[in-house]
Amino acid sequence: MISIQNLHANIEGKEILRGINLEIKAGEVHAIMGPNGSGKSTLASVLAGREEYEVTEGKVIFNAKDLLELSPEDRAREGLFLAFQYPVEIPGVSNVNFLKTAVNEIRAYKGMQPVSAKEFLQMVKDRSALVELDSKLASRSVNEGFSGGEKKRNEIFQMAMLEPKFAILDETDSGLDIDALRIVANGVNKLKNKDNATLVITHYQRLLDYIVPDFVHVLYKGKIVKTGSKDLALELEEKGYDWIKAELGETV
Amino acid sequence: MAYEGDELLDEITNSEYKYGFVTNIESEMAPKGLNEDIIRFISAKKNEPEWLLTWRLNAFRQWQKMTEPSWAHVDYVPVDYQDIHYYSAPKPKKELSSLDEVDPELLKTFEKLGISLDEQKRLTGVAVDVVMDSVSVKTTFKEELAKHGIIFCSMSEAVQEHPELVRKYLGTVVPVSDNFFAALNSAVFTDGSFCYIPKGVRCPMELSTYFRINEAKTGQFERTLVIADESSYVSYLEGCTAPIRDEHQLHAAVVELVALEKAEIKYSTVQNWYPGDKDGKGGIYNFVTKRGICLGDHSKISWTQVETGSAITWKYPSCILKGNNSIGEFYSVAVTNNKQQADTGTKMIHLGKNTKSTIVSKGISAGYSNNSYRGLVKIAKGATNARNFSQCDSLLMSDKCGAHTFPYIEINDKSAKVEHEATTSKIGEDQIFYCNQRGIETEKAISLIVNGYCKEVLNQLPMEFAVEAQKLLAVSLEGSVG
Ligand SMILES: Nc1ncnc2c1ncn2[C@@H]1O[C@H](COP(=O)(O)OP(=O)(O)OP(=O)(O)O)[C@@H](O)[C@H]1O
Ligand SMILES: [Mg+2]
Repeated sequence: MISIQNLHANIEGKEILRGINLEIKAGEVHAIMGPNGSGKSTLASVLAGREEYEVTEGKVIFNAKDLLELSPEDRAREGLFLAFQYPVEIPGVSNVNFLKTAVNEIRAYKGMQPVSAKEFLQMVKDRSALVELDSKLASRSVNEGFSGGEKKRNEIFQMAMLEPKFAILDETDSGLDIDALRIVANGVNKLKNKDNATLVITHYQRLLDYIVPDFVHVLYKGKIVKTGSKDLALELEEKGYDWIKAELGETV
Repeated sequence: MAYEGDELLDEITNSEYKYGFVTNIESEMAPKGLNEDIIRFISAKKNEPEWLLTWRLNAFRQWQKMTEPSWAHVDYVPVDYQDIHYYSAPKPKKELSSLDEVDPELLKTFEKLGISLDEQKRLTGVAVDVVMDSVSVKTTFKEELAKHGIIFCSMSEAVQEHPELVRKYLGTVVPVSDNFFAALNSAVFTDGSFCYIPKGVRCPMELSTYFRINEAKTGQFERTLVIADESSYVSYLEGCTAPIRDEHQLHAAVVELVALEKAEIKYSTVQNWYPGDKDGKGGIYNFVTKRGICLGDHSKISWTQVETGSAITWKYPSCILKGNNSIGEFYSVAVTNNKQQADTGTKMIHLGKNTKSTIVSKGISAGYSNNSYRGLVKIAKGATNARNFSQCDSLLMSDKCGAHTFPYIEINDKSAKVEHEATTSKIGEDQIFYCNQRGIETEKAISLIVNGYCKEVLNQLPMEFAVEAQKLLAVSLEGSVG
């Protein structure tokens, strides 16, 4: 699905990603954990095509295409989705109108006709039910005045609408209450199939009880320093990151 | 309002000014220049009564004593008032009673404008008066309106058929000597629209005027007068386009609105005069005086404008709130791109008791343009319990454009409550990226964001105009990222 090879990226001359290697196959769920500032969101942004980040080295192959050559919108149209850590508000633009535009852009890219109003409304109905999104939120302006948790839920609603092949969830769990976490995680699970893949960025193993990863990676100072099974998340939860730093020979 | 931003945008394929065609119609013109003889010529051409000629000549004499205003935040090559044709009428100029009689070239023009009269007539229920250069060409739906006693016709016709109404109200809201451009208009106006809604009548359809400047070296000086008698209601729309020309053209219109007791007038404008090219060559100078008076108690006047065109816009649709409990509203979106300059805003003059006004202004500047909001809220002594709320937002699309806000407030009554809010923001990279990440390209993202930003104003427009306005916003801002 996606192959990240020796990826290096800078922002304002400062190297944040320092050689990331990651292979994700269709049907898999990967989790990335790591201390604050280690570069998790940066990795997500670089993959999504945020211009501020300069890729200095490395390669990313997505669906047999050179991902880094594609514009951000084409990456999205190819099926890459990022659920943002901090979703942006767009005042005055209704969620529904926003999504309809997005859906049709993606369809046009694939040479498909625009979605019919009826079909679209049905989609909105079904997919908002999937994450139990209040129907009022669907018609409100994109994220405007949404609570932190509502924004996160809205991200997953959008994901459900756009049916990406590869979704990156950047701390989607933070800000969700206990029930919301379960609902949103269940939504993500329902969207999972053998043809798509998910990369979950999180600080808490709790989310991984619901969305069970095939692999857990630890990102530290811009590198993946450890990879394991879901048990690694439990271990991190228990022991923190110091033991990993110690393993790396850093004094803690 | 549920709008289909995406579909609208699909229609827009290039950023050229698409209304920039010239219609090849024979026309009758007055020689260039301005003097009393030209005014007599215009007046005679229009077979006007003596009082109107006298009124024009008086305006001309006043104008000669006035100087062009220079306080606006705009900068332009002065207009040579002797290098303009003050009268240009498409030929033949006879009364037209059916569409078959309209010059086919003219009909083609209207089709290009997207206002096929024929179609309008059948489908949309919008009554249209089209003013081409200086002369009103065709008013549709007249019969239907007549049933309700509504008069909707060209100003020239009104002068002939309803002189008492014209004489009673013309120049009462915008006096001849109000300002330089209003005086000029009063002297030379050649046509425009006239509308009278009788007592207790709710006008059953939107009334609409389309203005178009076609001839080179002509100025357009139309005069619009809308009178809403007691307890009546009318929604009036105005659209404008012009061909692409290298030289600047002058548009100096005057619009007067009169609302009597419990009457309501909603006046919407989508202004899309040719803005000039990227380097500021050509384009319309839009120097317009629009003012309404809430003469009766409980009357209401609401201005909505979407200003995307013109090289220079100088325009302050205003309300005089004379009646007690009267209401004035001003909703505005002004977009400037490239080298465009806009100085626009409103005046709310509170004279009556318990009067209320609302101002919502959304300025969008891109390229090297300059966009100013200039507003006056004046509360007269004795206008007890007056209320005003003003919201002036500016959105910057580039680092080279300017946004300015000049709010003037004059309060002469202690009971007044006046609130003013202003914000300036730069279009967010984060917002654009968010859209990109959902598969929406940057141009479309900007259009979405801008339409969202203007929503409060666009919502005030009747549906078909809102759609048009959204298209225009998108076209005006194409290529403006950065
Ligand atoms: N625009 C920027 N300008 C300067 N530094 C930046 C910028 N964006 C990110 N950084 C820096 O890059 C580093 C990695 O940030 P990133 O957001 O990727 O961390 P993270 O692993 O997602 O952290 P968290 O767990 O707190 O979300 C941080 O030190 C951050 O300060
Ligand atoms: Mg982060």
